[in-house]
Amino acid sequence: MALQSLDIVRRSATKTPPPSVRGPVPAEVAKLIDTSKCIGCKACQTACMEWNDLRDEVGTCDGTYNNPTDLTAQSWTVMRFAEYENPNGNLEWLIRKDGCMHCADPGCLKACPAPGAIVQYANGIVDFHEENCIGCGYCIAGCPFDVPRISKHDHKAYKCTLCSDRVAVGLEPACVKTCPTGAITFGTKERMKQDAEERIVDLKSRGFEHAGLYDPSGVGGTHVMYVLHHADKPELYSGLAPQPHISRAVRLWKGVTKPLALGAIGLAVLAGFFNYIISGPKEVEPEDDEAARKEQEKAHGRA
Amino acid sequence: MAERNHPALILRHPTRDRVLHWLLVIAFLFVAASGLALFHPSLFWLTNLTGGGPWTTILHPFIGLVMVVTFIWFAAPKWRVNQLTASDYAWLKGFRYVLSGEEEKLPEVGEYNAGQKVLYFTLMACVLLLAVTGFVIWRRYFAGNFSVRVVRLGALVHAFVAFVLLVSIVVHISAAVWEKGSITSMVRGTVTPGWAYKHRRAWFRDMIRPGAGH
Repeated sequence: MALQSLDIVRRSATKTPPPSVRGPVPAEVAKLIDTSKCIGCKACQTACMEWNDLRDEVGTCDGTYNNPTDLTAQSWTVMRFAEYENPNGNLEWLIRKDGCMHCADPGCLKACPAPGAIVQYANGIVDFHEENCIGCGYCIAGCPFDVPRISKHDHKAYKCTLCSDRVAVGLEPACVKTCPTGAITFGTKERMKQDAEERIVDLKSRGFEHAGLYDPSGVGGTHVMYVLHHADKPELYSGLAPQPHISRAVRLWKGVTKPLALGAIGLAVLAGFFNYIISGPKEVEPEDDEAARKEQEKAHGRA
Repeated sequence: MAERNHPALILRHPTRDRVLHWLLVIAFLFVAASGLALFHPSLFWLTNLTGGGPWTTILHPFIGLVMVVTFIWFAAPKWRVNQLTASDYAWLKGFRYVLSGEEEKLPEVGEYNAGQKVLYFTLMACVLLLAVTGFVIWRRYFAGNFSVRVVRLGALVHAFVAFVLLVSIVVHISAAVWEKGSITSMVRGTVTPGWAYKHRRAWFRDMIRPGAGH
């Protein structure tokens, strides 16, 4: 999204402070997705398409309700349907609306080499600014949730914006607006946590003893949270990461090693330069020419 | 242009080697600039030299391939002559005399000194690793075929190996500038007998033997 914004707290590949005069906003926002209230109607997918003017290619049915079968540059949210047989032998249909989690510690932003292609606003939304995107795909490697997708047409990375354009003018995201069961709600992160707490008490009273909130601390918490009936086993929900965190390889790749490596290259250049300044060039002296000439003469004389 | 054609000069780098070497230099300069641009934000401005951000992403892997192929073409025939010998290890052990310029305290050097041989194998390993990891992280055509874990590891190894390559090239350039006559030889092809006698004495003696290449 290309909104002029003065409340940016983090900007990719930028070491100086981003424009942040307008922060902090009153509070961080969050979307709360209550999987126990979701009926899998896909109205959220449709609302996302409509608001963002996205039209994915019509795909093929893979034998499940997953349609489309994966996130794409044109499908920023997808419902994932999992059939789970619980220990009592009953079927549970676990439906999870997948999409960007808007991590407090975003791996995509950390990995991105293009200044300003990824920003994080003071309200917690992580947004891609595609006009700065160079199409390298590092965000895909950085993301602990496998969310960003590069368009095959323009080679830019896309994902859910949490409707940052709507939120900026006081509206809730399109998927929230449309959800017919109230499974998706939006508000301050604090308020969403309180709502989740109430719901979890309710779910526990109905026999879901492991009901809980998914707000993983490994990525500093997220601005899209789930209420799960089985919070002890998030992986049941089509492979939701139990303990997501920015991969160690990415931290090493993007962390302190980079300035150290740059420094080492700079030092090597300085060492070469000052070695030359201190001990001078290795030059051929007249004696060497003379010695070479004598040996040549000797060799030819022998021939 | 042909080599300096003075009968006293000794041919060190034939036309094939000079052309491939400088082709390699051109490819390296582009790949180093575009790679460093993506390596650290403070160097992103280098994309201004390589066509802007998206063009940097597009061109870097192709020019990288040019570099890898040219390097192998250039270096593969030199595999045997770069094998390290006992006297090379002695030379490396006495490296402090290399730095202080007391070459008379070192064993005589053949066509390449031990530093060049170590560089040879370092560069060969770097180039091959960069090619393999480069394909793994080449998002437009290949990265989708690898799991994200493999891509992460590929990116890490690619960056690390590129760092080793950059430092090696800094050393290579420093040594070439330091040893007067080396750069001229890579431009014009020949060295003076005095140069060969001083810096590569064993090779010099091979070259002046009756019936040798010169």
